[in-house]
Amino acid sequence: MKPEDAKSIVKSTLDGGIVDDLVYKEDGNSFIHLSEIPFYRKQMRILSGKNPLVDPVNVEDYIALGGYKALVRALQKSPEEIIGEIKTSGLRGRGGAGFPTGRKWEITRAQKGKVKYMLCNADEGDPGAYMDRSLLEGNPHSVIEGMIIGAYAIGAGEGWVYVRNEYPLAVKHVTIAIEQARKLGLLGENILGSGFNFDIKIARGAGAFVCGEETALIASVEGKRGIPRQRPPFPAAYGLFAKPTNINNVETLANVPIIIEKGADWFAHIGTEKSKGTKIFSLVGKVRNTGLVEVPMGMTVGEVVFDIGGALDGKRMKAVQIGGPSGGCIPRELFHLPVDYESLTGAGVIMGSGGMIVMDENTCMVDIAKYFTNFLQEESCGKCSICREGTQRMYEILTGVTEGRGTEEGLTLLEELGGIIKDASMCGLGQTAPNPVISTLRYFRDEYTAHIKEKRCPAGVCKTFIQYMIDLEKCTGCELCRKNCPQEAVEGERKKPHSIMQDKCIKCGICYDVCEFDAVVKITGGKNAKNSN
Amino acid sequence: MPKIAIDGIDFDAPEGWTILDTARFLGLEIPTLCYDEGLSAWGGCRLCLVEIGTGEQSELVTSCTYPVEEGLIVRTATKRVIDARKMVLELLIAQCPASKVLQDMAAKIGLDRVRFKPKREDCVYCGLCVRMCEEQMMAKAIGFVNRGNKLKITTPFDITSEECRRCGACMYICPTCTLRCEGPEAENVLCGRCYNELQPTCLDVYEDYACWMGLKGNCGTCVKEETEKKKED
Repeated sequence: MKPEDAKSIVKSTLDGGIVDDLVYKEDGNSFIHLSEIPFYRKQMRILSGKNPLVDPVNVEDYIALGGYKALVRALQKSPEEIIGEIKTSGLRGRGGAGFPTGRKWEITRAQKGKVKYMLCNADEGDPGAYMDRSLLEGNPHSVIEGMIIGAYAIGAGEGWVYVRNEYPLAVKHVTIAIEQARKLGLLGENILGSGFNFDIKIARGAGAFVCGEETALIASVEGKRGIPRQRPPFPAAYGLFAKPTNINNVETLANVPIIIEKGADWFAHIGTEKSKGTKIFSLVGKVRNTGLVEVPMGMTVGEVVFDIGGALDGKRMKAVQIGGPSGGCIPRELFHLPVDYESLTGAGVIMGSGGMIVMDENTCMVDIAKYFTNFLQEESCGKCSICREGTQRMYEILTGVTEGRGTEEGLTLLEELGGIIKDASMCGLGQTAPNPVISTLRYFRDEYTAHIKEKRCPAGVCKTFIQYMIDLEKCTGCELCRKNCPQEAVEGERKKPHSIMQDKCIKCGICYDVCEFDAVVKITGGKNAKNSN
Repeated sequence: MPKIAIDGIDFDAPEGWTILDTARFLGLEIPTLCYDEGLSAWGGCRLCLVEIGTGEQSELVTSCTYPVEEGLIVRTATKRVIDARKMVLELLIAQCPASKVLQDMAAKIGLDRVRFKPKREDCVYCGLCVRMCEEQMMAKAIGFVNRGNKLKITTPFDITSEECRRCGACMYICPTCTLRCEGPEAENVLCGRCYNELQPTCLDVYEDYACWMGLKGNCGTCVKEETEKKKED
């Protein structure tokens, strides 16, 4: 759409029609309504659907759409009734582990002592995931309303939103939202005349992945090093400043007002038997449509990937990595699995906070495992030995495999080490850190073996195993590759076939990318690599 | 007093005790590295792992931090526990092969191979010195810096700390400052292990309650039990 289109849009709107040329088109079909577009058709946007409708810095917008109605309703009930409602709804923590939220609130409520705290975990550290960010930036009041209801239910008088400083807009919008809520009497003393007091502060995180773990988050809010401690005691009994503390994820809290407003039974009918409601995923990678998708629990991975994401032309999807850096990869054969906590855990991956990275045949699974393990060895807090040293050693072995030093014994050690890191680590980071390695070893062992035995990277990614060559029949001698090569490794005269000097080549792939005649080929282990873009 | 069962022994443990306190009281051996009676429990070295619960619900926890609770079932030397401990120690020795404390422990729990390339570092980040400095010497002159593979223990900004009184308590408690003997095989990652060859036996036959008799299965108790069970089946 361009500025000059405005005229025709206004005109046709006044006439009650639409401008056919400007309607969204995909594969030759045009779509008039948003809900008809393939990307949105299968989504169920109960959380994220309001984002386009509200101005995040304007509380009136949120109220106009029925915002804070749930709070009013909640304050007329007893805290026990609210907890009962959340328990009936079957809402489970969206941070990854899937602990029943109602149960968590109940435990915190049952703790002795007058001072209790309510924390909102917005430390979204997964690379490429921005579910919490979109909610905080786009509709912060929904999270704050959820927090107030939660605080009322557990009996907390003070709360914190722990948000990463890397999300400046989220910090800004939450700060504004809290001020607005205070002005309207939705936060502070005697909220809406109910006699209930609650206020929210903001704590900004410095971007450590591990601070998403609840005990590390508490340490960070207290101003200490963000490192986890061994549980028990659990935060519900001994949390922030040694007081009973409840921590919920942003997405979990955003669900709360919806449940109170529409009823637990309405919510419970969405999803599967054990996983209720919807889940927002950050769908990225080798699909046509990337972005945040909100789907009911129980939709199959295939539906999310094929129907919402859409396959790229001529590429065969190979796997989906679910659950952020410490999630795992599930192969195409398991795309029929429903997206719910139990099914994913059974397949050796985790729901996590909802990252979903689609990979096709150009992705090397060993390289992927190495990439995530590298992230985790840097983000492990280092407190517990098995996670700190274990992730470093896994990375060492994987690097060996991708650089041609891999052995079968190395893979056995990798499996053994991975199993023990999972079993013996202190916190959720360590307990899930081997997932990328274990899941790829389980489903893509043939790729590991190809690296080790055939000295070949089937996807054509690992530089040690690939060689760029020029197909003499296809090469027209246009000199494009020769001019672009940073190493001056391409030789040849104009209009005559070129060749690559292997001793100078650093395998950067520039010649491969610039060639307009597909004359540069990638060879691995004596065969053409599958990679053919 | 919470009733607990630890390695088959029923015991009324005093309120506030940890699993480690109880095990030590009963004379059950659990190796530790980052634990010291005079300091707060850290739970970082993962050597004092024990298995709690039974069946599918069982899990590994650090005995130095886990408080005793009513009905707790603890096993201190199952195959799962020993495997995890050995792996932890294998990683630590590969990191710091010069430590006498680690080498002695390796001999004791029967670690006989190290499959990782030795890093030959000086520190295993057990945090004993940091806690010693803070909790006993009230100085807080040293602390952890960075995280993950860049973790280190140092003074603020890597410069001589004004808080440091040079009392040497950090060196006193450090498990890697005491070097192993420079015997005939000083270059090996594992030392000559003259400490002893004592290790849990019979793990191949019986997954629970490994005995520490050092008889390498000669006593035959567990083997007999297992054979009798098979006969019954």
